[in-house]
Amino acid sequence: MIRVQHVVKRFGEFTAVNDISFDVHKGEIFAFLGPNGAGKTTTIRMLTTLLQPTSGTMQLNGLDPTVQKEEARRHFGIVFQDPSLDQDLTARENMELHGVLYHVPRKERRERIEMLLRLFDLWDRRDTVVKQFSGGMKRRLEIARGLLHTPKILFLDEPTLGLDPQSRNQLWTHVKRLNETEQVTVFLTTHYMDEADRVAHRIAVIDHGRIVAIGSSRELKERTGAGSLEEAFLALTGTSIRDESASAADHMRQVARLWRR
Amino acid sequence: MNAVYILWLRELKKYLRSRVQIVASLGQPLLYLLALGFGLGPVFQRAGGGSYLQFVAPGVIGMMVLFTSVFSGISLLWDRQFGFLKETLVAPVPRIRIMIGRTLGGATVAMLQGTLMVILCLIAGFRPVGPGALPLGLVFMLLIAIVFVALGVSIGSSLQDMQGFQLIMNFLVMPIFFLSGALFPLDSLPKPLALLTRLDPLSYGVDGLRAALIAAPHFGIVTDLVVLTAVAVALLWLGAWRFSKIEV
Repeated sequence: MIRVQHVVKRFGEFTAVNDISFDVHKGEIFAFLGPNGAGKTTTIRMLTTLLQPTSGTMQLNGLDPTVQKEEARRHFGIVFQDPSLDQDLTARENMELHGVLYHVPRKERRERIEMLLRLFDLWDRRDTVVKQFSGGMKRRLEIARGLLHTPKILFLDEPTLGLDPQSRNQLWTHVKRLNETEQVTVFLTTHYMDEADRVAHRIAVIDHGRIVAIGSSRELKERTGAGSLEEAFLALTGTSIRDESASAADHMRQVARLWRR
Repeated sequence: MNAVYILWLRELKKYLRSRVQIVASLGQPLLYLLALGFGLGPVFQRAGGGSYLQFVAPGVIGMMVLFTSVFSGISLLWDRQFGFLKETLVAPVPRIRIMIGRTLGGATVAMLQGTLMVILCLIAGFRPVGPGALPLGLVFMLLIAIVFVALGVSIGSSLQDMQGFQLIMNFLVMPIFFLSGALFPLDSLPKPLALLTRLDPLSYGVDGLRAALIAAPHFGIVTDLVVLTAVAVALLWLGAWRFSKIEV
């Protein structure tokens, strides 16, 4: 379903993703684990047509997302790591807009919006402008929105960041159900090892832009001789803390470059 | 087509929900209209230019449309900042339709804001000539709006964040306004200034508004229409191209 071969992404001097290759099969739940700045989100952005890889090839359901962008976009849905709601619209309007952009027929749209807003306990606040939502509510709305259409591939980029255990449970139950009943392929990233352990069929551990291990949770534990996935993860990636993405100075340099162009 | 409509509707809803901003953005053009309209009136009259209020009103309407349009186009940067841009960019909709929806939405908002300004001008004592004045004026407001929303989208697509915004205001939008002849007649200007005003697309917009509203054009209404349409097409093309290249 997803095939990534020798993909490299450089931002100037910095190599965010360094020659990664992996396959995700149809109907599989595949987790990408890695410390901050390991290249997880960059990989997702490349797969979802938002970034062009520096080199390497990718396939989504047989389509090349670097070339056949529009067709590729028809096959996936995504819940972003960072906010992507329109703050000036209400919860329902955000859902509605998404439904229209994803060609969900009007009747189905209405039903699914109600079902999902109820599922994530937002139905009572459906006509409230998102600006007034708490962080957790916004997050829940993002997830509800990502599930509005039923894609063949669902990307979840740290979906449970900032969610309470109840919503987290709702999310994974729903995702598993989608996976089982509709054969949706799921590609997720998370920092919570227990989640990956619970839902993922296979796990890839990525660090410094390279895949350091790939296999089922049990295989990873056996390989490292660790008792839990968390220990296996630490054994594979070390215990030092990483810098996340660019510093302020890097950012300014980037802006300066832009102006010189 | 649905995608174009829903994005157009989004711009409109956002506009109608920002009442404070609607009023606030009327402030500056209104100041020009009243302070200059009445302040320079006597001098203008003595110089043989007629009523300055009549002269400056189309300029101020053009200013309102210009500012609203550019802001609306550049609001792309806010969407980038708040993340909503990503949501539209991964949708299975050709980017050109997303760009068109935003542009039409922005142009509609600019026209509404321009219409409010027309009403304020009428209240201040501005009198358009002839029965066809206002409809024809709307045509020119639409053209100005499309030109500058498209310009805003082009700029918004090319910047990464809000840091360049002040630069754009001071070195692009304000010069476009001041060099357009919104505030002064374009007749018998010094050569370099005359040249600059001819290069400014808003000159033809303001001139078109003057042709429509007070029947006093400088370039002529046909020239205005042709130039504005050509610039609109060129900038729409540029905006669509820049927008298709966005990476987030």
